[in-house]
Amino acid sequence: MRKKVIFKGIALPWLLLLPQLVITGVFFFWPAGQAIYGSFLREDAFGLSRDFVGLENFRDVLADPNYLAAGWNTVVFSSSVAIGALGVALFLAVQADKAIRGADAYKTLLIWPYAVAPAVAAVLWLFMFHPQIGLFGRALNGIGIRWDYQVNGNQAMLLVILAAAWKQVSYNFIFFLAGLQSIPRAVLEAAAIDGARPFRRFWTIIFPLLAPTSFFLLVVNIVYAFFDTFGTIHALTKGGPGQATSTLIYKVYVDGVQNLNFGASAAQSVILMAIVIGLTAVQFRFVERKVHY
Amino acid sequence: MATLTLSAVRKQFGSTQVLHGIDLEVADGEMIVVVGASGCGKSTLLRIVAGLETPSSGIVRIDGRDVTALEPADRDIAMVFQNYALYPHMSVFENMAYGLKIRGMPMAEIKRRVAEAAEMLEIGPLLERKPRQLSGGQRQRVAMGRAVVREPKLFLFDEPLSNLDAKLRVQMRAEIRRLQMRLGVTSLFVTHDQVEAMTLGDRLVVMHAGRAAQVASPMEVWGRPADTYVAGFIGSPAMNFLNATLAAGGTAATLKAGPTIAFADGPRAGADGTALTIGIRPEHVAVSPDGLPLTVDLVEPLGSETVIHGHLPGGEGLVARLPLAAGDIGAVLPLALPAAAFHVFDAAGVRLGG
Repeated sequence: MRKKVIFKGIALPWLLLLPQLVITGVFFFWPAGQAIYGSFLREDAFGLSRDFVGLENFRDVLADPNYLAAGWNTVVFSSSVAIGALGVALFLAVQADKAIRGADAYKTLLIWPYAVAPAVAAVLWLFMFHPQIGLFGRALNGIGIRWDYQVNGNQAMLLVILAAAWKQVSYNFIFFLAGLQSIPRAVLEAAAIDGARPFRRFWTIIFPLLAPTSFFLLVVNIVYAFFDTFGTIHALTKGGPGQATSTLIYKVYVDGVQNLNFGASAAQSVILMAIVIGLTAVQFRFVERKVHY
Repeated sequence: MATLTLSAVRKQFGSTQVLHGIDLEVADGEMIVVVGASGCGKSTLLRIVAGLETPSSGIVRIDGRDVTALEPADRDIAMVFQNYALYPHMSVFENMAYGLKIRGMPMAEIKRRVAEAAEMLEIGPLLERKPRQLSGGQRQRVAMGRAVVREPKLFLFDEPLSNLDAKLRVQMRAEIRRLQMRLGVTSLFVTHDQVEAMTLGDRLVVMHAGRAAQVASPMEVWGRPADTYVAGFIGSPAMNFLNATLAAGGTAATLKAGPTIAFADGPRAGADGTALTIGIRPEHVAVSPDGLPLTVDLVEPLGSETVIHGHLPGGEGLVARLPLAAGDIGAVLPLALPAAAFHVFDAAGVRLGG
């Protein structure tokens, strides 16, 4: 039950909201406004003047084959990260939920990766899968698989997906475990008595009851894969080889910070923002009502 | 429909012994109520029959077949849980159809059975609803329906009425009994409520500290309790227990309160002076001019009768249920203790003779 608090006057509620509003304003609305404003401008090569060019930046970006390739990379990358991180986390949570002895130790260990910074996590994976100095990288080459993510684009993509998904597993795990533990034991016992075997119990009872949790995590994971994986990609592959692991967010950085093409970069930011807002809206509008019981 | 046999069923959790060897024979179509205070092991016993717990030793047979090692799914039983345990994401229809679908029953047959059960339980209009849209009583009916459609060998009830309000509980109690008799399904019903136990059971199993203190029909348990625990547990207000010693060659008891009263039903074995406990139910105590003087401590008028708490000479407490609004606090009431209503127990609390 949620408790309703009624404030006298309006000073206190605003004061309580202020820190959150300030943070959202400074770190979200202001830069977002800047990006929208910047996306209509074009700067000359020396950064001396800016002209209003309307939607031309958008037209150029959307016609750029590199941009479309980055879009496709993002689709592959985000869906793989979300599905991988959710699947592994669900499996681990189900196992941890069953464990009686040492369950706390599993849970603690499984939560640790979340505390690792993206770039550090990436370096960790780099050390494991580097073709010359990485333990697994050398082992793969040793058994005759030509493993070199610095040359092979598919392998590079696989590696950034693994590193990005690994970091998100912890987060998903916590939510799935909490979800599993909130399913009343008697409901599962009733299903067992009704004749459902463990596999069937999982798919007909546990999984549907976890659907609201899964849905929430899906939204969070996709947003994570879109925005929060810059550090991982930057530390591991720098978007390469070629453009193989350059996602939309990475391309914003390359065009804006490296190539100093502010107009194009701002336009891409705006498009990215629109995509995520749209995606989330669609998810809430159409999926949410089906997953809540 | 089936018989149920438990042979020397024991259960321990770690070093705690929860069940100390339960033996029970349930006849086909019989309704057995397992009753006891919380922690007596009654729920564990039910869960062992369901297959949700494994006994540490002993055998469970359903219809003569040893099911001790079988999964709940393979026992052909249905259970109604205390908190109903409905599947929250399924409609009432889906809840009831779940077990049948798993058994691969054709959809037409499932629909027929669910419709039949829904009509019997008067939940027909609710079939499309989700559990959260139902009241407590309606959920209870759906849980019953889910058990009924399966047409199992055995119904198990785990305190299914304890979450309902008092009025609904009385109503559902009668309904469960009617339904069980109509379907003739062998049933095991666990409760801590003695009224439920008395009204529902063909026979009662009164559990105490992991043992079956008595297995008998409700009237027998009430009329001839096997020990002081059963005597005190069944009946409200609870039976009075008075200290006494055996006298007159085993044919009478000398109460601590003074008088020696001859047994109405023959002598008990034992030497004169052996310590006894005499039990007498509050409703069997009567006002009589030449009775024992009871000093009244508390008066509880119930309308049709009055419950009087007091103490006898010698200080022992006594409760009397009298059909009058008599007695003020501090007054002295002369009460007769009719020998015909005596329950005689030895010093260890076990019933002696009669």
